[in-house]
Amino acid sequence: MNRPALLTAPLLLFLLITFVAPIGAFLWRGVTDAEVAPVLPRTVAALVSWDGAATPDEAAFAALVADLRDARARDRETGIGSIPRAAARLNADRPGFRGLLPMTARRVEASIEGSMRDAVLAISEEWRDAETWGAIRRAGGPLSAFHGLMALDLRQDAAGSIRAVPDDQAVFRAVLMRSLWISLTVTAACLLLGWPIAWMIATAKGLPATLLLAAVMLPFWISLIVRTAAWMVLLQREGVVNAALGAVGVGPLALMMNRFAVVLAMVHILLPFMVLPLVAAFRGLDPRLPRAAASLGAAPWRVFLRVTLPLCLPGIGAGCVLVFIQALGFYVTPALLGGPNDQMLAWFVGFYATRSVNWGLAAALSVMLLAAVGLCVALYGKLAGFRRPGAA
Amino acid sequence: MTRGLLWVVAVLVALFLLAPIIAILPLSFSSGSFLFYPLPGLSLRWYADFFTSDFWLPALWNSLGIGVAAAGLATLLGTPAAFGLWRMKGAFRAIAMGVVLAPMVVPVIVVAVALLLAFGPIGLVATYTGLVIAHAALGVPFVVVTVLAALEGFDPVQLRAASACGAGPLRAFFRVCLPQIAPGVAAGAIFAFATSLDEVVIALFIAGPAQRTLPRQMFAGLNDSISLTTAAAAAVLVGLSVVLLLVVMWLQRRGQAAR
Amino acid sequence: MLHRRTVLKGALAASALPSVADAQGRDLTVVSWGGAYQDAQREVYFRPFQQATRTRLLEETWDGGIGVLRSRIASGANTWDVVQVESEELLIGADEGLFEPMDWAAIGGRDAYIPEAVNDFGVGAILYSFIIAYDRARTPTGPTNWADFFDTARFPGKRGMRKGPKTTLEMALMADGVPPAQVYQLLGTPAGVDRAFRKLDGMKADIAWFERGSQPPQWLASGEVALTVAYNGRISAANASDGRNFAIVWTNNIFTLDSWVIMKGSPNRARALEFLKFVGQPDIQATLPPKIPYGVTAKGVNEKLSPELLANLPTAPQNIGTALHLSDRFWLDNLDRLTQRFNTWVSR
Repeated sequence: MNRPALLTAPLLLFLLITFVAPIGAFLWRGVTDAEVAPVLPRTVAALVSWDGAATPDEAAFAALVADLRDARARDRETGIGSIPRAAARLNADRPGFRGLLPMTARRVEASIEGSMRDAVLAISEEWRDAETWGAIRRAGGPLSAFHGLMALDLRQDAAGSIRAVPDDQAVFRAVLMRSLWISLTVTAACLLLGWPIAWMIATAKGLPATLLLAAVMLPFWISLIVRTAAWMVLLQREGVVNAALGAVGVGPLALMMNRFAVVLAMVHILLPFMVLPLVAAFRGLDPRLPRAAASLGAAPWRVFLRVTLPLCLPGIGAGCVLVFIQALGFYVTPALLGGPNDQMLAWFVGFYATRSVNWGLAAALSVMLLAAVGLCVALYGKLAGFRRPGAA
Repeated sequence: MTRGLLWVVAVLVALFLLAPIIAILPLSFSSGSFLFYPLPGLSLRWYADFFTSDFWLPALWNSLGIGVAAAGLATLLGTPAAFGLWRMKGAFRAIAMGVVLAPMVVPVIVVAVALLLAFGPIGLVATYTGLVIAHAALGVPFVVVTVLAALEGFDPVQLRAASACGAGPLRAFFRVCLPQIAPGVAAGAIFAFATSLDEVVIALFIAGPAQRTLPRQMFAGLNDSISLTTAAAAAVLVGLSVVLLLVVMWLQRRGQAAR
Repeated sequence: MLHRRTVLKGALAASALPSVADAQGRDLTVVSWGGAYQDAQREVYFRPFQQATRTRLLEETWDGGIGVLRSRIASGANTWDVVQVESEELLIGADEGLFEPMDWAAIGGRDAYIPEAVNDFGVGAILYSFIIAYDRARTPTGPTNWADFFDTARFPGKRGMRKGPKTTLEMALMADGVPPAQVYQLLGTPAGVDRAFRKLDGMKADIAWFERGSQPPQWLASGEVALTVAYNGRISAANASDGRNFAIVWTNNIFTLDSWVIMKGSPNRARALEFLKFVGQPDIQATLPPKIPYGVTAKGVNEKLSPELLANLPTAPQNIGTALHLSDRFWLDNLDRLTQRFNTWVSR
């Protein structure tokens, strides 16, 4: 036991540091909030007992002013913009905060006579709104449901009740459904197209079978980006397909930047992942069984449904899960061949991570994506078992 | 009758798989700049463009260098680990296997963003080191799976025989086991290399302009303006893939012969 | 045997590559907008600078968005040194501390540049316009204004528009009959924004969204779109270098400028300033407009340009006469809010 564990240790350590830990840390951001509490500690504390309905009292305003003054002094000293970062986080909850927080911080630096509440309200009427304070309380951390709710098009109001976001802001449930739907379509199409060719590879002999297998293996080895590029060249307005259509007097058609192009290219890219497990399943099938069923008088469709299909089911399931998992995570192909409403979950993860400083949301969407993948892997484990890790 | 129909469909599907790749290859030899047929003439101008531009050739070298380094690292870590997993049983093996195979199933976008955020503060973004580490992590499962498959055909009794003859465990591994599973190890390294050569998303997120790989440069080219230089780059990658496929097939034949 | 060699080679490469990269430090990385524009910059700015200083300059291409810059700074994963940004990105980034202050003394002094190009955190790079373009070969009688651009009955076919609220909302309002002088006043009200989105709703299915400036001329050339919003220079460049016959409609074009900034914390600040000083010289700048007709920002450049060339620039009197000047102030206040709404609208 000891020595084998020692042999795996370097690899496990490597993966722990370069893979598991970074992903864990990233996903952790989806359920936590760490930007606002360091900047507004007293405000967050003052809001714990607040009812969430009326504008908070003088104590909360005083805490806000004290917090902002300290944070501004600290930011000036260290050169790290903690206020803009807190503002960015609050802005994701309540648009307008990106300007409101730094502006308020600038204006409260001057000494204030009398009520802090009146002084802050004079800076902006936004501070009268309970939802403004609700956003700060929601972002107070350390644990937070905000990003997870957001990824499901839900939000919590200042009083604490959860409801759907207005229709014109809802987007993620649609994206999730779209991703599942595209992946399902691609999987079904792969099964439909993969079955005949896998059957022939498994049952035919000699050169034809080898050629068919080569036709599956070659694209399998060719880079995804090359195959996506090939489809872009084919489907362009002035591309191969439209030129051919033009020669017979059709088109030109808009074949790119739509759902059709995305699904077509994804089927092309993922088809080998369906064919190879199917071939394995069909090869493992005892040809005598269907023949026996037929000789006992079963009609061909009955033989297929009652004998062939059940025997191959694990292989079919494995192929489907393999294709579905990969389809769910697609990024490059939809980005290049699809329009804005053909983008899948992966695109939004990338978007919120690099084009909008919203790592919490990117992480929450990733959790969603990983959960879907995890379910599929569990299913695969049930179907194919983990003993044989499959063909590489 | 049914079988005839199946044949027709199977051949059509094979064509569907091959046609797009076959269709773009001749375009890269066009003397014109259009992306359709018939070709106005043949020339190597797009390849000349590929080999003289400021971007494409360095990208090819980056891809090869990062691929070799990542495959080397993955093989170095993956081969002993596979050997360990082969001799292991029980819950620890299942967990270790899960960790090792995880890079195969976790969507690469999640890995890319996680690495961007983890590598950023420690200065590994836009470095060769960062990209090699990331690609090695992606390649590891392929090495482990392939080596494990090769070990299936290796009889552990030989190790006991070796130790009975006085060889230490390390010596036994290197002199008895490794020569027999070498084709599997090499195939695993090639799978890892191919994984790195194919990878776009992580390169997009954590590579800098100095580490541009060929797939990343192609992504930028496709996003910007599709020129036939991109088709030439595609042809270069196809050529590389075919070579890798042939090597793996040769190794597999050797691996079977060794048994 | 094969295995041992592979491993050895891999190990060698793994240990050699990073040490080389680390020893050299990061090369100056300059980020611009790709396509014909960056090709021109490479020829007149980047290569001559590398030759003059015998240093290596790395290029990167982006397609804008203040969020990209924010993410880079906040994640600590910034590898960009000099970036060409749009006018409201300059204001927002300066406000949020994303840029290093501009050292004007090091790049020739404020007086060496036209007043619009001078900012505490950036120096103007080019003056340009968003215009309507179409291919005369396919559309002999083209549109003449934004109302025509939105008229899918008279001008069938797809439209290229820039993916984002900025310029798109202005164009929608002008197409809806709002005079340029009232556009921002109206956009400042919820009703005005709703009106712009309603106008866009009517054409949503016909819009192809571009994210990179190189896409519009390419889409026009391939017939992917019938009409498109575009950057004036790239259309002229396609006519000049690819022999296209694209028309530019200058009526109510949206006029603005881009600036160079230095990213906060750049380890290459001194070399970045050296670069900006180099590309700020009138003699060097005068070589850009002949490649791609954008206005440049150093004083004394226009005297060096031919009258034909000057007439093609967005600053020519007949071109700027009806122009809407992009309000960086408006977008400073509203970019985030409207981008959020736009992204939701567009991805549904």
